[in-house]
Amino acid sequence: MAPSTLPAALLIARKDLAIEFRTRTAFFSALVFALLGIVIFFFAWDPTAVSPLDLAPGVLWGIFTFSGLLGLQRSFSLEQSDRAIDALLGAPISRESIYLGKAIANLVFVAAVQVIAIPAVQLFYGVPLLEHAAMLALIALMAAIGLVAVGTLFSAMAVNTKLAEMLLPVLSLPFFVPIVIPAAQATARLLSGRPASESVGWLKLLLAFDIVFVVACMLAFPYTIEE
Amino acid sequence: MTTPSVPASAEDTSPAQRTGIDWLFAIAVIMIALALTRVIYYTPFEAVQGPAQKIFYLHLPAALCAFTAFGVVALSGIGYLWLGDLRLDRAAESSAEVGVVFTTVVLVTGPIWARPVWGTWWTWDARLTLTLFLWFIYVGYIVLRGAIEDRALRARYSAVLGILGSLLIPFIHLSVYLFRTLHPRPIVIKPSAPSLPPEMLTTLIISFVAFFLFYLALVRQRYRLANERDLLELEEGR
Amino acid sequence: MSVAERAREGRVIATRELGRRFGGRTAVSDVTLTLHEGDCLALFGPNGAGKTTLLRMLAGLLRPTSGTGTVAGIELPGGAELRSAIGYISHASMLYAALSARENVELTSKLFGMRDPRAAADRALERMALSDRADMPVRQLSRGMQQRVSIARATVHGPRVVLLDEPFTGLDDSGSAALGAHLAALRAAGTTMVLVTHQIAEGLALATHAAIMRAGALVRVEAGDTIDPATYLTVYREHVTHGA
Repeated sequence: MAPSTLPAALLIARKDLAIEFRTRTAFFSALVFALLGIVIFFFAWDPTAVSPLDLAPGVLWGIFTFSGLLGLQRSFSLEQSDRAIDALLGAPISRESIYLGKAIANLVFVAAVQVIAIPAVQLFYGVPLLEHAAMLALIALMAAIGLVAVGTLFSAMAVNTKLAEMLLPVLSLPFFVPIVIPAAQATARLLSGRPASESVGWLKLLLAFDIVFVVACMLAFPYTIEE
Repeated sequence: MTTPSVPASAEDTSPAQRTGIDWLFAIAVIMIALALTRVIYYTPFEAVQGPAQKIFYLHLPAALCAFTAFGVVALSGIGYLWLGDLRLDRAAESSAEVGVVFTTVVLVTGPIWARPVWGTWWTWDARLTLTLFLWFIYVGYIVLRGAIEDRALRARYSAVLGILGSLLIPFIHLSVYLFRTLHPRPIVIKPSAPSLPPEMLTTLIISFVAFFLFYLALVRQRYRLANERDLLELEEGR
Repeated sequence: MSVAERAREGRVIATRELGRRFGGRTAVSDVTLTLHEGDCLALFGPNGAGKTTLLRMLAGLLRPTSGTGTVAGIELPGGAELRSAIGYISHASMLYAALSARENVELTSKLFGMRDPRAAADRALERMALSDRADMPVRQLSRGMQQRVSIARATVHGPRVVLLDEPFTGLDDSGSAALGAHLAALRAAGTTMVLVTHQIAEGLALATHAAIMRAGALVRVEAGDTIDPATYLTVYREHVTHGA
């Protein structure tokens, strides 16, 4: 019996991660990009005018989207060169499982970059992010889910167009704004020592975004790969 | 030129050339001229803002058209995914290109209005910011269309983007609104207070009707262009 | 299709006026053909004739816009059930270059829900004489070997129908000969095949049926006995250039 959606998705996710692990180029690119961004913003900033507590959340989540895009790019481009996607499409698995599998792999990718980027921001900006590790992990997870839900779908579309690398950011970034705003605001609240309950409103917004777009993108995905 | 052998529902069989005046377009232009005249000469100044406030009669109708146009894009997209009729995609394409123009008008008239009234060009006003994001979504939509040569693929992908874009709008609105309640800005004037005196309300309505007719006329022209282009591509493809 | 018709013995592929349009362009029109178990249809034709489109419709990868068809008893466009019965091979390898042959084939056997995916993959690799290279990344294999991995991957689940889109592309003489032998073995085992190719000699060597496609339509179909390999090339040229 052919595997149902979740097992098939996990097979595909494992395959994507195995490939990434072998080559590692995309991961290191995204990681180095994130670190460079964090460092460059440090030099672009006047520490007497803006405190690190004010700057760090914006830098963290802004860079998160841009480095996330690097990982998302390769999600479907690795299927293109030898038309391996046709092998997936020819298998008796649901189309949604292909989306889900790739989204899960992208989620792991993005989370792995964040695991290094967040301590890096603490290190370079001197802000006590890791004190709030649990809340921050929750924010990061929800932000990553939203990023990956939309980005995986647009990656599938962009790869079939003439301007793939240019198109993915242009399409995706407006959709990342309702992720960055809540994530940055909630993080800023945490850093200024406010109780976690003040961030709950932002988290609810993130949660709503995640639910709406995971469902919408999963429903839309078959239209982007089938004829 | 031989008639393309396609089922009637896929292509318009209306004549490629239209002779004579486009009446809808002419009426719309006349109405806009009338509306502008009324705005400039026959509508009283608003007490606090003075002459600058008159931009409002362009700004608000343009905004309503801009958002309506995107609604058309999204609904046509749903229709296309459901029915596969390329006419719906042509409608979406036309509404998007006209919509982005109206959105640009909003984004230009907004700052022109803001400068004399609030002393600054850009204020991150919630509605204007939402319109800015609408502009970005439109641009993404048009760039996407330009990047796909295959006609059916272009229609399908555009439909998906249009639908997702319409889902995005409420989230942007909510995010920006919540952001602003945390970072309030002094609000000197409430630009579109519902309690408008009758002459101003009439001017606003006339202006809105004029803009909406103009929107329809432009979309119709653009639609014909899209139709001819598609027919031409069909011919060349043979 | 009535129950009686469907139950008719051995019709593995049966289409009636199958067609596909893209927007306003007709890629395939009015294709009617019937193939039984163990048949191999060699499909020839110039580029852009619609051969790939037809193949993808038979594979359940593309939805027909007109006509009907059944493949392995399942009505087109079919779904997961249809895909279970099909092996699809194209001129692209459809492999992940960074993974090994074994990993590629095993992924497919798992996605097809086979009971012992690793054993099935090993068997498929052995059939294609790849066991000793099974753990090298595919990118390190020659084109001919990659093609064998592609066949192993596409047939690991024992499909009733194998569809091949220009599989001889890029192969040298010995590679072509080896591929021909593998395909002949498949056919002998009862697999029904449709083979799209530009290599007329290789195609005819395997074929029980031959057809020429031009501008989306089948312009000539004939069964094995009437095909004369010696003159077929002339026949083909005639059909393809005539009216162009």
